[in-house]
Amino acid sequence: MKGWYNRVMKAGTKFAIGAVLIVGSVGYLMASGIKQTGQYFLTPSELAQRVSADPSFYDLGMKVGARVVPGTVTKEIATQTLSFHITDGTVSYPVVFKGLPPDTFTDSVEVVVEGRLQRDGVIHATNVLAKCGSRYEAVPKA
Amino acid sequence: MALLGHLSLWLAFLVGLWGAITGFVGGIQNRADLQQSARNATFALFAALLVAVISLEISIFRHDFSLEYVAAYTSRNLPTFYLWSALYAGQKGSLLFWATVLSLFAMLVQIMTGGRHRVYLPFVAAVTCTVATFFITVMLFAANPFERLTFMPLDGRGMNPQLQNPGMVFHPPMLYLGYISITIPFAFAIAALLSKRLDSDWLVAIRKWTLVSWLFLSIGLLIGMWWAYVELGWGGYWAWDPVENAALLPWLVMTAFLHSVMVQEKRGMLKKWNLALIIGAWLLSIFGTFITRSGVIASVHSFTQSSVGYYFLVFLVLASVLSFALYTSRLPLLEAEATLESMVSREASFLFNNLLLIGIAFSVLWGTLFPILSEAIKGTKITVGPPFFNQVNIPLGLALLAMTGIGPLIAWRRASIPNLKRQFAVPLTSGIFTLLILLVAGVRDVGALMAISIGGFVFGTVVQEFARGARARHRQYGESTPYAVVQLLARNRRRYGGYIVHVAIVMLFVAFAGMAFKTETEATLRPGESAELKGRDGHVYTFTHLGISQYNALNRQVTAALIDVRRDGKAFGRLRTEKRQHVDALGNPTFQPSTEVGIMSGLRVDLYVVLAGLVNGTEQAVFRFTINPLVWWVWYGGMIVVLGGLIVMWPGGGSPAVKRAQAGYAVRLVNEGG
Repeated sequence: MKGWYNRVMKAGTKFAIGAVLIVGSVGYLMASGIKQTGQYFLTPSELAQRVSADPSFYDLGMKVGARVVPGTVTKEIATQTLSFHITDGTVSYPVVFKGLPPDTFTDSVEVVVEGRLQRDGVIHATNVLAKCGSRYEAVPKA
Repeated sequence: MALLGHLSLWLAFLVGLWGAITGFVGGIQNRADLQQSARNATFALFAALLVAVISLEISIFRHDFSLEYVAAYTSRNLPTFYLWSALYAGQKGSLLFWATVLSLFAMLVQIMTGGRHRVYLPFVAAVTCTVATFFITVMLFAANPFERLTFMPLDGRGMNPQLQNPGMVFHPPMLYLGYISITIPFAFAIAALLSKRLDSDWLVAIRKWTLVSWLFLSIGLLIGMWWAYVELGWGGYWAWDPVENAALLPWLVMTAFLHSVMVQEKRGMLKKWNLALIIGAWLLSIFGTFITRSGVIASVHSFTQSSVGYYFLVFLVLASVLSFALYTSRLPLLEAEATLESMVSREASFLFNNLLLIGIAFSVLWGTLFPILSEAIKGTKITVGPPFFNQVNIPLGLALLAMTGIGPLIAWRRASIPNLKRQFAVPLTSGIFTLLILLVAGVRDVGALMAISIGGFVFGTVVQEFARGARARHRQYGESTPYAVVQLLARNRRRYGGYIVHVAIVMLFVAFAGMAFKTETEATLRPGESAELKGRDGHVYTFTHLGISQYNALNRQVTAALIDVRRDGKAFGRLRTEKRQHVDALGNPTFQPSTEVGIMSGLRVDLYVVLAGLVNGTEQAVFRFTINPLVWWVWYGGMIVVLGGLIVMWPGGGSPAVKRAQAGYAVRLVNEGG
C-alpha cells in the first residue's frame, strides 16, 4: 500500500509538504491570534483624537498608557472600587476600576489601563498594570 | 574599595581586548605564543573582574553610600541575606555580574577542554573575550557600578521588597548562568567556522556546553515562575511578559538544537541548521538583554530607560551581521552527508520537532515585538497579551508534546509498517485509556483532555522504552529488572536521561492544563466571617477570617491576617497572608506596600490567599481566594527536568568507542522492536 506513493513522491518532497503545513499553521495561528486578541495601545491624546474622528472607538477594548494624576485616586475598599484620572500632559480621562490594584499602584505612577472608553467619557478598566518606573529600580521619592 | 574596583574594570577592559586580538590573530596565523597569551588572558580577565565584584560587595557590606549603586539598592536595615544579592539587583551591578560569570566560563572552558577540541580554543578565547569586553565597555562608559555620588547619604534607598524573597537570591544567578553560558557554544560555533574544522568533532564540544546552559536556563525559568507565583500575588506563574519571553526564546532554540544535533551525529545531516540554531540562540540571548535593558518594550521587569540599550542594539546588529557573513561564507563546507530517505523516520520526526519548536519561538518573538512592529508599519501600537500566546501556543505545544511520544518510536532512516504497529501499540493504548478515564471522570475541557491524554501516550512510550531496554539487559546479562533499569540509565545517559526529561515535560503540560480549572473569589470579611469556594477537585473550602495582627519586623511593618481553612466542613489548616510596608532605619516608609501570599500546596490543588487591604483601618479585610489545580506538578516536574538533564550531562560513561557501540545497540534495539 505504501509503495505507490513512495514511487510518486520523494521523501524530501513529502517532508517539504509537512514542513509547509507546519509553517502554514503557525502563520495562520499567529495571524488569527493577532486579529482576535490584538488591542490598541494608545495615549490619552491619541484616544481623544480617534474618538472624535470615529465614534465607534467607544466601547472598544484597548490599552491606554498614561500617568496617574496625583491626588485623584480614591479607593473604596468595601466595594473594591478604584477611581482615578490619567493623563499624558494634554488630555486626561477618568478611570473606574473594580478589583484589586497591584501593589505597585500609587499616586502619580505610570499605568497601563486595560478597558473600554464608554460614552460617558469614563474608561471602565478591566485591568490596571502599574509600571513602577521599573521593578528593579527604587522609586524616586517625590 | 571603589577605586580598586574601578581600576580593575579598566584592567579587565585592556586584558579583554588583548585576549580578543591575540586569540583571533593567534588562531588564524597559528602562532603558539599568541594562542597561549589568549588563554592566559581569560584567566587574567576573570581575576580582574573578580576583584571588581569583591570590591563592590565590600562596599555594599560596609554601607558605603558614597557609591551611587550602593545607595540606590541597599540600606542599613537590609537583611544580610539580601545584601549579597544587591550585586545583581540593579542594572550596573548585574552587568558586572554578567561579565564576571562570562569570564569564569571563558576560563573554565580553557581548562576543561581537552584533546581534539583544543584546536578551537584560541578562537573560543577570542570570542568570549570580545563579548566580555563589550560588557565591560558598557560599564565603563554608560553604567559604572563604581560611580560616586557628590555627597554621602545617611542611608540608602533600600531594595525593592519584591526582590526580598529567597527566590531572588537564586533566580537571577541561575537565569544569568544559562543566558551567559550560551556564549560558550556560540564561541565554539564561530571557532569551527573560522578554523574551517567543521567535522563532527566540534559538535561534541558544543553539545555539552549547550546542555549546561540549557539546564541553567531551565532552572532559572522554573525558579522565576515560582518567585512570580509566591511573590507577585496574581495567582499564576507565567504571564507571557516580554522578559519571560526573552528567557524562553533561547531555551526553545537550544531545546531544538539538543534534538537536531542527534541527526547530525548519526546521519551527518542538518549541519547548516544546527549551526544556525546555536548562533540564533546566542543572538536571542543578547536580544533578550537588549529588550530588558532598553525600555523599548514595556514590561514589569524592565530596568529604567537608559543609554545602555543603544550599546546593546549596536552590539546586536554588529554581531548578527558578522556571524551571518561568516556563516554564509562557510556554507559550502556544510553540505549534508546523507539525504532524507523517508517521511516515516527518526530524522523526519526530529525535523518536525524542530520546526514546531522554532515555530513556537517565532510566534513568541513576533508577539513580543508586535507593539513595535505595528507602530513602525501601521503607525498604531497594537499589543497582544496572554490570550494571543495561549491561542497560538496551545495547539503548537500539544503537537510538540505528541512528537515527544512519536519520535522515539520511529526508527532511523525508514520505519516499516509491521515495526510501526509493534512500536505504537502500547503507547497508543495508554493514551486512549487515559482519554477514556478522563471522559468518565467528567472532564470536558478540550485542551485539558488533549494535553493529558497525549501525556498518557508519551508516558506509554517512555515506559515501553525502559521496559524493552531492561528486558534486553535481563536477557543478555541476567540482571534483575530494577538493576537493569539503573544500568540502562548509567550506560546510556543521554537516551534514558532524555526520556526522564520527557516524563517531566508531560508533568508540566498536565500542570499547565490544570490552570484551565482555577476558581477564584473575592470577599470582604469581618473577623469571624467566612467565604466559601468550590474547587474543581470536588471539595468545598471554607475560609474564615480569624483576625488581623500588626507588628514591626527588622525593616518592615507587617499587617498579617490569619485564616482558618475547612474542607467540606472538616478542619484543614491555617493560612497566613501579609501586607508589608517596608521602612528605612528612621521608620519612614519606603516603596509601596507589598503582599505576602498565603499558600497551602497539595498534590491536587493549591489554596492561594491574598490580603488586598483593610477597610478604613479596621479588622475588616478584603481577600482574594484562589484554588489553583495541579501547581505542585510544575515544581516537581521542574525538579525532574533538572534530574533528567543532570543524568544526560553527567561526565564519564565509557570511551567514545563504547558509547558508539552502545548507541548502535540501542538503535538496533528499536529497529528490532526489542
